[in-house]
Amino acid sequence: MSAPSQDNAVKGSIITRAIIYVVLILFVIYYLLPLYVMLVNSVKPLEEIRSGNMMEFPKVWTLEPWRAAWSYAQIGVEPSGLRPYFINSILMVVPAVLLSTILGALNGYVLTKWQFKGHGIVFGLLLLSCFIPFQIVLIPMARVLGFLGISGTIPGLVLVHLIYGIGFTTLFFRNYYAAFPTELVRAAQIDGAGFFQIFWRILLPSSAPIAVVTIIWQFTNVWNDFLFGASFSDFDSVPMTVALNNLVSSSTGVKEYNVHFAGAILAALPTLIVYIVSGRYFVRGLMAGAVKG
Amino acid sequence: MASLTIENLRKNYGATEVLKGIDIEIDDGGFLVLVGPSGCGKSTLLNTIAGLEEITSGDIKIGPKSVSGLHPSKRDIAMVFQSYALYPNMTVAQNISFGMEIRGIDKSEREAAIQKVADMLQIGELLHRKPSQLSGGQRQRVAMGRALVRDPQVFLFDEPLSNLDAKLRVDMRTEIKRLHQRMGTTIVYVTHDQIEALTLATKIAVLKDGYLQQFGTPAEVYNDPENMFVADFMGSPSMNLIEATVREENGKAAIQIAGDGAGAGDITLPANTPGLRDHMGGKVMFGIRPEALTDPEGADRTGADIIQQDCLIEVVEPAGSDTFAVTRLGGVEAIARLRADADIHAGQTAPLAFNMTKAVFFDPKTTARIR
Ligand SMILES: Nc1ncnc2c1ncn2[C@@H]1O[C@H](COP(=O)(O)OP(=O)(O)O)[C@@H](O)[C@H]1O
Ligand SMILES: [Mg+2]
Repeated sequence: MSAPSQDNAVKGSIITRAIIYVVLILFVIYYLLPLYVMLVNSVKPLEEIRSGNMMEFPKVWTLEPWRAAWSYAQIGVEPSGLRPYFINSILMVVPAVLLSTILGALNGYVLTKWQFKGHGIVFGLLLLSCFIPFQIVLIPMARVLGFLGISGTIPGLVLVHLIYGIGFTTLFFRNYYAAFPTELVRAAQIDGAGFFQIFWRILLPSSAPIAVVTIIWQFTNVWNDFLFGASFSDFDSVPMTVALNNLVSSSTGVKEYNVHFAGAILAALPTLIVYIVSGRYFVRGLMAGAVKG
Repeated sequence: MASLTIENLRKNYGATEVLKGIDIEIDDGGFLVLVGPSGCGKSTLLNTIAGLEEITSGDIKIGPKSVSGLHPSKRDIAMVFQSYALYPNMTVAQNISFGMEIRGIDKSEREAAIQKVADMLQIGELLHRKPSQLSGGQRQRVAMGRALVRDPQVFLFDEPLSNLDAKLRVDMRTEIKRLHQRMGTTIVYVTHDQIEALTLATKIAVLKDGYLQQFGTPAEVYNDPENMFVADFMGSPSMNLIEATVREENGKAAIQIAGDGAGAGDITLPANTPGLRDHMGGKVMFGIRPEALTDPEGADRTGADIIQQDCLIEVVEPAGSDTFAVTRLGGVEAIARLRADADIHAGQTAPLAFNMTKAVFFDPKTTARIR
C-alpha cells in the first residue's frame, strides 16, 4: 500500500521539478537577455547594428567600441572617454562607502550596547533620513557644501553620500548588534576593555556578514547615484553615471550605439564585480539577520 | 579574599523598582547563593555587585572598601555568565587571557597563568579551539577558567549550570563546591534552583519581587522559614501547606484539619508553638515537609512529638529511594515521604506519622511565620 503511493510521489515530484526548472530557465533567459544584447552589440562595428538584427552575433568582431568608450569618446565637450570619470567615481565611492560603514557600525554599537537616554529618538531620526526624498534636500545641501567650500568637488560628493548613507548603515548594524549577546560586552568590561577595545576586539570580528551587506548596499547606491552626481559635481568631479549620460546624449554626428553599450557595461562593471565576489556573503548576511533578528 | 556587605540596596529602572532595600552580609570565604523565581531581581543584584548596573541608593562593600561607582574591572571580581559569554572569535587560551592582555601583562606570565588554570580545570587540550567547537560542559569550564585566572576577591556566578543537562549539572555542582573548598574565595552565586542553593551555600538569600525574603544558612532557610513563600519555594517536593483551625484541647493549643466530609474525618494535632495562642479559634496555615509526614516505621524515632493519624492514600509514587504517597488534608493534596519498601497502596486508609516538632505555622493573611 505504501509502495505505490511513494512511487506516485516520486513521479509527481519529477514533473513538478521539471516545471520548476523550465520556469526558472525562462526567468534566467529573461534576465540575461539585456546583458546579452549589450555584450554582443558592444563588439560589433556600428554598420552591423544599424543594418541588422540586434540579437545577431557579430560577423566582424571588434574591441574598438570599448577602446573608444574608455579613452577617446566624446563626453560632453571633451574627447576623453569615460576613464577620468571612472576614476572620479572610484575616488568618491571608496571613502563614502568605508566611512559610512564604519560610522554605521559605531552607531549600531552605541545604540545597542551603550544605550543612553533618548537613544530611541536618535535612532528614529536616523531612520527618518532613509525616507527623505533626495529632491527635497538638494538646495539645502548645495548651501551646506558652499558654506564648507567643497561644492563641485569629490570630497563634497563623499560628504553628501556619507550623510545619506548613515541612516541605512546604522539600521543594518543596529539590528545586527541588537542580536549580539550583551553578556559578551559585560564580560569584556569586567576584563577591563574600554569602549573602542570592545568594539574592535569583540564586536567587529563577528560583524563580517553585516559588513558585507552594508558595503554592497552602499557601493551600489553610491556608484549608481545620478541625481547627486548631476547636482553637485563640476567638470573635474563628474562621476561615471553622469558621464555615461553625457556620452549617450552627446549630439555630435551619429549615435554610436556600440560605444554606448560598451560604456554602459563599463559603468555597471564594478557593482557587478562586487556582487559576484561577495554575493554569497550578501545572502548569508541577510539570512543571518533574518534568523537572529 | 574578602567579605561582602550590601546595605539597603535599591535599584530602579526608570519608574520600576527592581531591588527594594536589600541587606546582606557575607564573611570572607563564604558561599552566598541568591535564589528566587525568575524575574525576582537576582541577576540585577549580581550585576550591581559587579558594577555592570548602577545602583539607585545604598552601598556595596568588598572587604572594608565601598565599591559603589567603581568600574567593573576595578572591583577585583570575576564573573561567570549564564550564557558563558565566551568571545566567539578567540580561542580558549585567548579567552582566558584576554583580561591579562588588556592589563598589559607580558606574554610569558600570561602563558603560565593559562597553563595553571587549564591544569586545574583539565581543559589543556582545548586551549586552541574556538568556543563554537566546544560542548556545553566544556564551554562552562572555559568560562570558569576565565574567572579563575583573575584570582579575584569575589567570584560572581549567574546561573552557571542552567544550560547544562541534568547529569552534568550535578557533576559541575560538586566541582564548584570542591573548587570553593580548595580556594576559599568568597562566591556569590545566582540560581533559581533551590537544590543548588541548598547544596552549595554557606548562606542563602531568598528573593522575591525585589524583596529579601530570608537570609540565613541552608538549614535555617529550610527548617525555619520566615514566611510561606520561603517554605514553599525551598525543598522538593515542596512543603505541604494546609489550612487548619486553632483549638484549645485539654488546656493546650491544637490544630484541627477539616476532613473531606466523606470518608476522612477531622484530624486534630497538638501544636505547642507559643504564637498560636494569639490565633485561638482562627485559621492558620499548617506547614509540614513531606519527610515529616511518613509511615510510622519510617518516622524519626528521636522526634518528641510524633502523632499517628489515619489518612486515605490517593496516589502512590515509588521513586526508587523513597515512596511518595499523596493524601488529602484540609481539602488540598499533601505529600508524604515513605520508606521505599513501605507497604502502601492507593485507595487504602493507612496510618501516617506527623512529626510535629518539625511543623511550622503561618498567618494566612500576612503569610508570615507564627513563632
Ligand atoms: N534593563 C532593564 N530595564 C527594565 N527592567 C529590567 C531591566 N533588566 C531587568 N529588568 C527587570 O527587573 C526584574 C529583575 O530582573 P532580573 O534581575 O534579570 O531577574 P532574575 O535574574 O531574578 O530572573 C525583571 O522584572 C526585569 O523585567
Ligand atoms: Mg537572571
